[in-house]
Amino acid sequence: MAAPMSSVGKPSAERSPFNNTSFQKKTRSKLISIPGTRPSVQNGQLLVSTGVTSLDYLLGGGLAVGTVLLIEEDRYDSYSRMILKYFLAEGVVCRHELYVAAAQDNPDDILQELPAPILDDVAMHKPAEQPRLSREPPDALDAMKIAWRYQNLPKVQTALASSSRFGHYYDVSKTMEPEIRQAAKCHRFYLPEHPTQSSPPHSTMLESYSALLKSLQEVINREGFDVAAPMSNSRNILRIGLHSLGSALWGDDLCCHDNPKNGRALTTFLYGLRALLRSSLSVAVVTLPSHLIQDRAIMGSITRLCDNAIALESFKGSERETNPLYKDYHGLIHVRQVPHLNCLASKLPDHKDLAFKLKRKQFSIERLHLPPDLSDTVSRVSRGELAGATTVASACGSGSSGNKHLDF
Amino acid sequence: MYTELNSILNTTPDSFTQGEFVLLSDRQSDASFLIHHFLSLYLRARCKVCFVGLVQSFNHYSAISQRLGVSLTQAKEKGQLVFLEGQKESLSVLIPQENDTGSQAMDFLRDPSVGLKSLYEFVRSAVSSNAVLDFSHYCRAIVCSQLQGNVVMLVRCDGEGEEDEGDDEGSERLMKGLTHQCSLTLHVQGLPTGYCRDIHGQVEVCWRRRRGDGQYTQKKLFQYKVHDKGASFFAPGTSSAVL
Repeated sequence: MAAPMSSVGKPSAERSPFNNTSFQKKTRSKLISIPGTRPSVQNGQLLVSTGVTSLDYLLGGGLAVGTVLLIEEDRYDSYSRMILKYFLAEGVVCRHELYVAAAQDNPDDILQELPAPILDDVAMHKPAEQPRLSREPPDALDAMKIAWRYQNLPKVQTALASSSRFGHYYDVSKTMEPEIRQAAKCHRFYLPEHPTQSSPPHSTMLESYSALLKSLQEVINREGFDVAAPMSNSRNILRIGLHSLGSALWGDDLCCHDNPKNGRALTTFLYGLRALLRSSLSVAVVTLPSHLIQDRAIMGSITRLCDNAIALESFKGSERETNPLYKDYHGLIHVRQVPHLNCLASKLPDHKDLAFKLKRKQFSIERLHLPPDLSDTVSRVSRGELAGATTVASACGSGSSGNKHLDF
Repeated sequence: MYTELNSILNTTPDSFTQGEFVLLSDRQSDASFLIHHFLSLYLRARCKVCFVGLVQSFNHYSAISQRLGVSLTQAKEKGQLVFLEGQKESLSVLIPQENDTGSQAMDFLRDPSVGLKSLYEFVRSAVSSNAVLDFSHYCRAIVCSQLQGNVVMLVRCDGEGEEDEGDDEGSERLMKGLTHQCSLTLHVQGLPTGYCRDIHGQVEVCWRRRRGDGQYTQKKLFQYKVHDKGASFFAPGTSSAVL
């Protein structure tokens, strides 16, 4: 209802200037440059990298600060977990703070599995390595036979500088070294270790989600990520990784029943998470076992509540694994939603048939390319095997796997 | 304010029907571009507007309205626009603090209404269907009948139409209840044939007027495309990409 402004009983803090959300046009306020971020070319939004450069491109240059990325997990939670680890590893390299919440695995285990960054041209401060450096050159002298001119140069730059590059590459076969990882500040939320509190009587959220939301708010306020907090010299980004929300381990029966009793618990939590993120300098990546959720309507509203949404569908274990058409790829990726922040139209990817493959040094997302079948006996693969989900009428990209079925 | 939509609805900033309850709904699509149309239309008509933003922040609407030629910050300063940040209020409900002064979310519902136009966006995540129906009835009674204002409400329905909703709280029930109460519906959907880059979807406009002897319903179907500075509407099949 409308009311004259003077009689609305709101505390004076609400009357603070308009820039009390993290969405600010670059021209209006002086944005302090935060390492690891860059403004978007489309609408001036502050972006961070997800750690996967091709995913950044798919999302329109990166993940906007203050938004949520929803990843619908593949069946065995292998690739969605990989993307979550990329996201956290990128946070470590860019010196952002991390917040990891999980109900299934200990957040420390997730943090120990982060992939090692490929740091050929990025300077990382390694305090433990410095005393060793002075002792190493005599041993290394023998090693350089061809590039002997370089043998007197120091091996690793010890200059303290955060990476100015946007998006890095990681080597999946190695884990991140503990020194680099411990340089980043991590907050953990492991549900079994968290004391259960009684939820307020009128709340539709579960205790676990309420506790998580409350913990998030505490961290944001305490560490100064709130946009309304006084601007200090150094602002940083908080990267939030929430693993496997909605699964039964969080106490939610969304994935267990056709008609869940707590149908709105997760959506309420996501709404609260979004409200938190919009008013702070943080980014969240949420993974969700959507293949267990039977109710498509709830899945639709969950997707709607998250700004970015992608779904991973891996070929592992399905009959497509042996299908020669898919031999180059590990799975399909569907872009369910791309946000339109501060602008009317959203930029959906032009192609709906995207596939991903996880290589050792890169997680690449490409358009699914079916080369023409030039063999003598053209085997006609039936449409049922090729086509994934049936086309859903939508302009907002609840897309099909839409392969180009070359029907000769 | 989209000029084509104005001609479809027979509205101009100087003349539009008072006391109307407009319902915007979408199914697997995004009808928020229509909210911007109505917001800029009412502001240009120099009405007092109360906007309850539950989905996005003020800056989002301000940035888009700037491109449509209306300045929300100026309107707010002049007192023409009251913007209620629903997200922040809802956070205080979802995370109850120890010293709650009592200004809970949705408290503004009880404030006396002086404004003429109200725009609402609803996210069905945390509010039950019954509450939304009650609230919309309350809005309509106060704003439309007593004050001769207009209410524009955006509701998202998520289920597929053919789904059999066993429980009472289905989105279908909410949609039917709201459609019954309103006088103008704009229903946004994706194209039935699938995703298209040049045509973002279709809008079904439905007028429900009460003539002397009964209800008179008129429906029209348009296709639309949203671009940076507005949206264009055209009859099905006459998109500029096709012709």
